Amino acid sequence: MTAESAEKLLAPVLSAFWDDPTSWTLDTYRAHEGYEGLRKALAMKPDDVIAYVKESGLRGRGGAGFPTGMKWQFIPQGDGKPHYLVVNADESEPGTCKDIPLLFANPHALIEGIVIACHAIRSNHAFIYLRGEVVPVLRRLHAAVRQAYDAGYLGKDVLGSGLDVDITVHAGAGAYICGEETALLDSLEGRRGQPRLRPPFPAVAGLYACPTVVNNVESIASVPAIMNRGKEWFRTMGSEKSPGFTLYSLSGHVASPGQYEAPLGITLRQLLEMSGGMRPGHRLKFWTPGGSSTPLLTDEHLDVPLDYEGVGAAGSMLGTKALQCFDETTCVVRAVTRWTEFYAHESCGKCTPCREGTYWLVQLMRDIEAGKAAMSDLDKIADIADNINGKAFCALGDGAASPIFSSLKYFREEYEQHVTGRGCPFDPAKSTLWADDRTAHLEVNA
Amino acid sequence: MTDVSLGMPQLPAPDYPADVRARLEADAGEIIARYPDSRSALLPMLHLVQSEEGHVTPTGLRFCAEMLDLTTAEVTAVATFYTMYRRKPSGDYQVGVCTNTLCAVMGGDAIFEALQEHLGVGNDETTEDGKVTLEHIECNAACDFAPVVMVNWEFFDNQTPESARKLVDDLRAGREVLPTRGAPLCTFKETARILAGFPDERPGAVEASGSAGEASLAGLKLAKGEKAGPKVVSPRGGGGPASAGQPVTETGEAPQPHPSSHDAPRKTAASDPDNPAGPVAKEGK
Repeated sequence: MTAESAEKLLAPVLSAFWDDPTSWTLDTYRAHEGYEGLRKALAMKPDDVIAYVKESGLRGRGGAGFPTGMKWQFIPQGDGKPHYLVVNADESEPGTCKDIPLLFANPHALIEGIVIACHAIRSNHAFIYLRGEVVPVLRRLHAAVRQAYDAGYLGKDVLGSGLDVDITVHAGAGAYICGEETALLDSLEGRRGQPRLRPPFPAVAGLYACPTVVNNVESIASVPAIMNRGKEWFRTMGSEKSPGFTLYSLSGHVASPGQYEAPLGITLRQLLEMSGGMRPGHRLKFWTPGGSSTPLLTDEHLDVPLDYEGVGAAGSMLGTKALQCFDETTCVVRAVTRWTEFYAHESCGKCTPCREGTYWLVQLMRDIEAGKAAMSDLDKIADIADNINGKAFCALGDGAASPIFSSLKYFREEYEQHVTGRGCPFDPAKSTLWADDRTAHLEVNA
Repeated sequence: MTDVSLGMPQLPAPDYPADVRARLEADAGEIIARYPDSRSALLPMLHLVQSEEGHVTPTGLRFCAEMLDLTTAEVTAVATFYTMYRRKPSGDYQVGVCTNTLCAVMGGDAIFEALQEHLGVGNDETTEDGKVTLEHIECNAACDFAPVVMVNWEFFDNQTPESARKLVDDLRAGREVLPTRGAPLCTFKETARILAGFPDERPGAVEASGSAGEASLAGLKLAKGEKAGPKVVSPRGGGGPASAGQPVTETGEAPQPHPSSHDAPRKTAASDPDNPAGPVAKEGK
């Protein structure tokens, strides 16, 4: 593959000027048509903005893929209550690493999108719920919000439109579950982050029991470009049902891990071919299309179009487009054990299937990995996962079941090897970043 | 009746000295003013009290409760839910090694092990000089920079055991340490104040480390026609899982457990192959 095809296949929009030495500043953002989308949106009626975003086909980039415009449309109008926009910047799904670099390099795309969304849903107060563990991003968000206030994009009477918008940047305190939108709302209200029963949905009774839109960072940050360059332009990328551009995050045993912004529907094979493939001398064994909660795929699925329908048809989910690639040195049982420990640690404890199920999965997975399990334990983990999946209070439980189901589906033989061989047949030292680097080889002491 | 210690603090907790309290009340007032409902200020206020004492103390819990008109039980319930609130005195620098799957596989496990050995401390323990608290952390949204180490929640990307050992040595020796992405390190307490929503006013802090890390630019560079790295090897076939090596022991003995567990109890109920009425039986069968 040549670089020319990479030019054709990729479509940097949000990431277009991250290589500018001051990409995060207001001046740089404005030099790249920043806040032009806002001017166009403010010249439109709120309902027309909602219709425009709906017609663009933009779907949520946080994992579920719900149409953004439709979410905005659900907000009741003329109800006399305050409306709120809450941006979910609690990016914590294992493997997911798109919103954090986006906010670090280009925070104004989010702020402009927030003002447009507030205009559309008639909100005067937006919250950015940023996970706490990313202080460099928090710093830039604080600075960008201050710059936007000084320039008149926030505060009273934005650009003379009569619209008032305030943004509160809120740092979380370490809890994966707060990425679940109703748990996030409870957390933002100063409570333990536990999911709420739905209905009522946040659009009716969200933050402070008022109509609330909760959107992912990338969804909101994509809106300014749509308003500025047009829904037709947006629809020239991707497919009918999954239009537009998005950030794909390549990580793991690949030659060039990183962010690749491309039209929806690109394949992992295309991404790997243009970026140098797997690390030299190794082959792809398994990967996640969108974080650890999306069922694993294998090298059979290299040509699956990475859009909502394509990945769904392959038995997984597009999720957050977190393409974690593992090569043949990686033990799938070890990988799944570690993810399972994560879900058990992060289970909020509200519902029994998830709290108890993830606990027992960890016990069994550790035994299997250590070669102390019986063959019947493989059925047992499948059964426990089945008792969590679809039966837990929120999607965290389903996420915990996904790696178990999918790894058993594709790699049952490897599980069985752990049982019959009474141990793990893999050497973790061979999987490390420095494993193939002779000069650093002495460092391997895993 | 014998006394049973439940590990509960003596109540009521002592108050802050008057001058500290006055200063924190002013800060708390600023935080509360950001929200339509005062209770929303609780998470930032817990960061605030952590910035005062380095961890969330009974005094800090009492302060939050009084400022927000909550009970200390309500505040404690929240403080114990979130992992970023420390519940015991800890070091100036919190060194967190990502051991979630991707970083662990890429070398995070080896780094965490190397640091435990090098510092002589275990998970969530502090070196004797009070400088470094070591812990393993969950995915920190930087998988394209794996393996990742966070110090006071600034990014140290693409670490190795060697670089991590040097990092903690520098921290303990008081040498200036620069993250790959983020600002020159401040102490844990100063970091907690930024988390409470008070911007970092140090000159150059926002600009530090440039616009984006190398990995963040990988796609952009390709799109601009710059070539990918020299290592062009496409995925290729051949070789199954078995080619990765043989079982560690062939005698049928259980080997040493893999270094995978950090938190939870290890003991499990034995699987009982003679009792098929366990969860193996499907519904309706």
